[in-house]
Amino acid sequence: MGFHHSMSNLSREDVAHLARLARLAVTDEELDLFAGQLDVVLGAVARVGTAAVADVPPTTHAVPLTNVLRPDELTPSLPREAVLAGAPASEDDRFRVPRILGESA
Amino acid sequence: MTTTPAATDLTHLDAAELGRLLGAGEVSAVDVTRAHLDRIAADDGLLHAYLHVDGETALATAAAVDAARAAGDELGPLAGVPVALKDVVVTEGVPTTSGSRILEGWRPPYDATVAARLKAAGTVLLGKTNMDEFAMGSSTENSAYGVTRNPWDPERIPGGSSGGSSAAVAGHLAPWALGTDTGGSIRQPAALTGLVGHKPTYGSVSRYGLIAFSSSLDQAGPMARTVLDAAVLHEAIGGHDPRDSTSIPGQHPLLAEAARLGAGGDLTGVRIGVVRELGGEGHAEGYEPGVLARVAEALAVLEGLGAEVREVSCPSFDLALAAYYLIAPSEASSNLSRFDGVRFGLRVGDDGSRDLDEVMALTREQGFGAEVKRRIILGTYALSSGYYEAYYGQAQKVRTLIGRDFASAFGSGDGDGVDVLVSPTTPTVAFPLGARVDDPIAMYAADLCTLPASLAGTPAISVPCGLSDGLPVGFQIMAPTLADDRCYRVAAALEAAQDAARGHRLLDELAARRTTGGPA
Repeated sequence: MGFHHSMSNLSREDVAHLARLARLAVTDEELDLFAGQLDVVLGAVARVGTAAVADVPPTTHAVPLTNVLRPDELTPSLPREAVLAGAPASEDDRFRVPRILGESA
Repeated sequence: MTTTPAATDLTHLDAAELGRLLGAGEVSAVDVTRAHLDRIAADDGLLHAYLHVDGETALATAAAVDAARAAGDELGPLAGVPVALKDVVVTEGVPTTSGSRILEGWRPPYDATVAARLKAAGTVLLGKTNMDEFAMGSSTENSAYGVTRNPWDPERIPGGSSGGSSAAVAGHLAPWALGTDTGGSIRQPAALTGLVGHKPTYGSVSRYGLIAFSSSLDQAGPMARTVLDAAVLHEAIGGHDPRDSTSIPGQHPLLAEAARLGAGGDLTGVRIGVVRELGGEGHAEGYEPGVLARVAEALAVLEGLGAEVREVSCPSFDLALAAYYLIAPSEASSNLSRFDGVRFGLRVGDDGSRDLDEVMALTREQGFGAEVKRRIILGTYALSSGYYEAYYGQAQKVRTLIGRDFASAFGSGDGDGVDVLVSPTTPTVAFPLGARVDDPIAMYAADLCTLPASLAGTPAISVPCGLSDGLPVGFQIMAPTLADDRCYRVAAALEAAQDAARGHRLLDELAARRTTGGPA
């Protein structure tokens, strides 16, 4: 991944890299602000490392349920126009998106 | 005040009492709704509890209830009672923003299950309440639409993230409201405004149609002025929902009955464990003396009602804050990837010159506020290769330890454990607006006491236990999974005993301040 520092030490470049991964176009001012703040937060949450958990299984869900299925029956879906009404752009009964391929493709 | 005395009275009645008067035909739903709309018109300019109010639709809904009643239709006990919903609850055709610019102007095409159940019960939707953006915050200062003020002191926060709901109900701009609680977002604002707020057992209230923040933690629940009202509202929204795959099937406990039992005042044989790690000896740093004093007084009251009180140690609770602020941001970074400028809400920079990735990044940059961005970045980091085990994986193991601490405190049910665990709901009373906005860690500390029950998925209630420096203090009661009835029983016992000793309700002191000199 190429983070620049050891754990709980987040640089401005690290924050910029993470923002790119998360599709966030952060400003320079935000990078300055977040790098300092997130470094402090990471220092605080790193305390989880002090727990003795060698043989402890992880909890992903407090009330585990498995194989939750509903009856296999047809039920109506939302009307297409109702769904598209909330979209920023639509065309031919579909969501319209910006181009996803380069000009040469 | 523009409200008439009669209209003001209707806003001071409990929801259960309003339901009774409506059922008996002593008041009309239109009058009850109009009284609350008048109150909103008079006071919400200051409080800013609501993001959206549609008086016309509310009055039309109320008129339909009145007409149905006049026609002799069989109506439920809540028909015609107004309600407010936190803006994280999706409502068909009614603007829903989750406090974010990225959803400004969005009108959802469907109702959340909790909204649909309240609609089917004949309640009247007054409006949608303000909140921290995507429920990330403890003060409602992270809303993209401005801060909400605490009716007890407009210079202070109403708690968060359900701060619009807490301000609306405490300020009598709604008889009750729904909030959601991921790390304390029902209990903490309830505590800071003198309300009752309950986080149900995870899986006992449907999450279908709640805009997801942290899916393994999010729960919707009631915020009300009395324990009984909270129980009644909880019963109206709870129970299995096939549309939520984490919804618990089968029977759920009877809650209003538990509240009535508790109000009877006999807690003989009830074993109460006071969590040492939440404000107890050696763990009192950061807790205000006034908060600890009110909690100690509440414990004495409960002992006087026959409860057996002992101290219990839950050592892993010390790590709850660290685990929560890894797990919740990690889940949030995944959940919030749906806000991509394609299917709903904002899209920025789509002028033909940018590709999808660039439009997505610009949309999210302009649509999200600072706290949401911080948490997405933190979650992305915690989930990234090379750091996953040290942060997210370790936090999930700590979550197991917290669950074990609860299990060991509650015992096997054969008398070797306690029936409920108690603590302050928050370390401090409501803090001034702006006091913690630049210090995320200080802001996160407001959730210190509420996080363990969130991580364990166990039910927990906050009930008022007095004032410190003239501001409300909350008493938290935690119970085992699906034993929400115990929270209501003990809370109702405390409420009844303290109301009787005081000679009035705590919230009446807020009303008294209002009549002598406006809000606070």
